[in-house]
Amino acid sequence: MNELFVSVTAQVPRFAVTAQFRALPGVTALVGPSGSGKSLTLAAITGVRRPTAGTVSLGDETWVDVERGVFVSTQNRRVAAVTQFPALLPHLTPVANVAMAVEGRHDRDHRARQWLQRVGAGHLATSDTITLSGGEEQRVALARALARRPRVLVLDEPFSALDRESRIAVRSLVRDVVDELAIPTVLVTHDVADVAALADQVVLYEPGRSMQQVRVQRGDVRAVVDLLGAGAGE
Amino acid sequence: MTDLSPLLVSLRVTIVATLVASAAGITVAYALAKMRSRWASVIEAIITVPIVLPPTVLGYYLLTLLGSRGPIGRAWEGLFGSPIVFTVTGATIAATVSALPFVVRTSRAAIRQVDPRLEEAARICGLPEREVAIRVTLRVASRGILAGVALGFARALGDFGVTVMVAGNVPGRSQTLPVAVYDAVQAGDDTYARNGSLVLAAIALVVLLLLAQLQVRRSR
Repeated sequence: MNELFVSVTAQVPRFAVTAQFRALPGVTALVGPSGSGKSLTLAAITGVRRPTAGTVSLGDETWVDVERGVFVSTQNRRVAAVTQFPALLPHLTPVANVAMAVEGRHDRDHRARQWLQRVGAGHLATSDTITLSGGEEQRVALARALARRPRVLVLDEPFSALDRESRIAVRSLVRDVVDELAIPTVLVTHDVADVAALADQVVLYEPGRSMQQVRVQRGDVRAVVDLLGAGAGE
Repeated sequence: MTDLSPLLVSLRVTIVATLVASAAGITVAYALAKMRSRWASVIEAIITVPIVLPPTVLGYYLLTLLGSRGPIGRAWEGLFGSPIVFTVTGATIAATVSALPFVVRTSRAAIRQVDPRLEEAARICGLPEREVAIRVTLRVASRGILAGVALGFARALGDFGVTVMVAGNVPGRSQTLPVAVYDAVQAGDDTYARNGSLVLAAIALVVLLLLAQLQVRRSR
């Protein structure tokens, strides 16, 4: 099975987080107060940071095993990410940004355009990247993530820089895309509405560690509110 | 009558020195910017010393290294059978060493300013480290790097003290235009001094304008 298993301790100066959870295809939301180490957990999944202990694996493929000295590079994991900061290269057009993630040289541009169309940004292909609005940037970033044909998708506050309208539009786009991909998707968000709209399960965090892992019914806002209210109180 | 050889020597020296100092300087700057060790600042300080040393002092040190009795000079003579000092090669080395710290300092600062999240995004896209460095880091930092190259070029073109110490003042062989201008003034050849100065100023202006143009185009 394509189960993402995470059991790591990751560290930055003056802060460490210990997290443990399993994520099946579908959306796993990491929820907890700011600074509890959710983004640091994501960095261990994408491989941009080396955990100091523990393991990360996808199915029977081990990405990180600190004890055995295993560390698969970010490039070889095929994890895609969409974060609050779209991280588009300003000197490249949107289509060139997406093309960067397309594998193989053949037909790269054409395939990049198809991904842009998939996220409703086909008309932006050759725009000037620095003139894009926040919502447009996130669409391009999402297209780039899809173009990578990821095995795991990581979403770190992908909607938080957006205004209400584009937030709702991009969120429903992400939901469709995630359902289509059917891969483990890990979402970090502060917004109850994001959790209710997207999550199949929730991992609650307190500062420095993950606590319980709870399955939720998509769209069941009340249950999510109850859950997060309880989590935040501790 | 105008002797063009100092101009040709100067152009040759400046072009080669700028190219070498840029290639080496950008590589060193990248390595330093990515180094997490405390030694990075120490190494940068050592590379930067030529900026603060009086050119004649830097020239003196180079002379002791490159001269016939110096370690590098002796090895060079053993290999090629002729000395480095008082040649155009000597002048080129002098200009390169003078230019290098400007390229390194300015480029390192520019590379450090590149948002690491852009590099992370590129890795996540699957770009190998080499391409992350070239297509993302150096490309995004290119404005600052070009500024460093411009400074290095200016330094290489205008050097007097280091060149005189290492390459001497051999007309037709190692005499660069700034040195020839000095010579002309000493000899009371006002016309040559004026023309030589004008040519140097014009070259500097044109190249700096071209680089500025390139920077504007990369500013977005």
